[in-house]
Amino acid sequence: MESLNAAFFALSDPTRRAILARLAQGEATVMELAEPFEMSQPAISRHLKVLEDAALIARRVDGTRRPCRLRKDGMRAIEQWLDMMRAAFARNYDRLDQVLADMQPHTKGRQTP
Amino acid sequence: MSKLTLSTEGDRFVVVTRRFAAPPEMVFRAHTDPELIKQWLLGPDGWTMPVCVSEARVGGKIRYEWTDGKGGGFHLTGEYVELSPFSKIVHIERMHLPDPTPDNHVETRFEADGAGTLMTMRMTLPSAETRAAMLATGMEHGMEASYARLEKLPWPVQPAG
Repeated sequence: MESLNAAFFALSDPTRRAILARLAQGEATVMELAEPFEMSQPAISRHLKVLEDAALIARRVDGTRRPCRLRKDGMRAIEQWLDMMRAAFARNYDRLDQVLADMQPHTKGRQTP
Repeated sequence: MSKLTLSTEGDRFVVVTRRFAAPPEMVFRAHTDPELIKQWLLGPDGWTMPVCVSEARVGGKIRYEWTDGKGGGFHLTGEYVELSPFSKIVHIERMHLPDPTPDNHVETRFEADGAGTLMTMRMTLPSAETRAAMLATGMEHGMEASYARLEKLPWPVQPAG
């Protein structure tokens, strides 16, 4: 649950969403990520820390490099929340369909004095 | 049938669309008349809404109280901000869990769509804490014990109105 909260926070920033979009194409280092954003490496590193804490990305050690990649399981947590909401709304609105069907004669009766 | 869509819009909003077979006037009434609201805005099976206040005028109060019939329940309060029969409802709502959640600003539109209605509801993305509670309540299996107390909340509580 904590990771879901962190994930939503992480996704609230346009730079972090752009970083995720870049990582969707494959692994990248801090230097490679900093380049297109015209941001300092420390600034990018702070964004990466937020994404890492949210379990949206993972980093591995490769000599002196620490390339980042997407974590598919973290991205799935958001889809899970949206799916749950879809199911819950669908249940209520299916009930509303029935309420509307039952309203038809009642409405006509009311409109006729 | 895939009549419902639910998606995020930017960082801050959730948008739900749904088609109904009835005309906008009836769908609007089903969202504002307390006797109708309590028939469908319920959440899981077995839950009821014994108290439903919906003062359908600008500044009018909203109060929904849900119960599971076994001593569990919670309530929601809100206010109507704008009512344009039969096309648009704007309201603010908050849940009491028991502390009030941040205000959620909800805009619901009803457009004629053939003989039926296309409803579009746009709401503020709930706070991180509220979302966590929502997900916990929606999980029917494998829920962690620390969230067991949230299990009794019915979802969704949207749309109010």
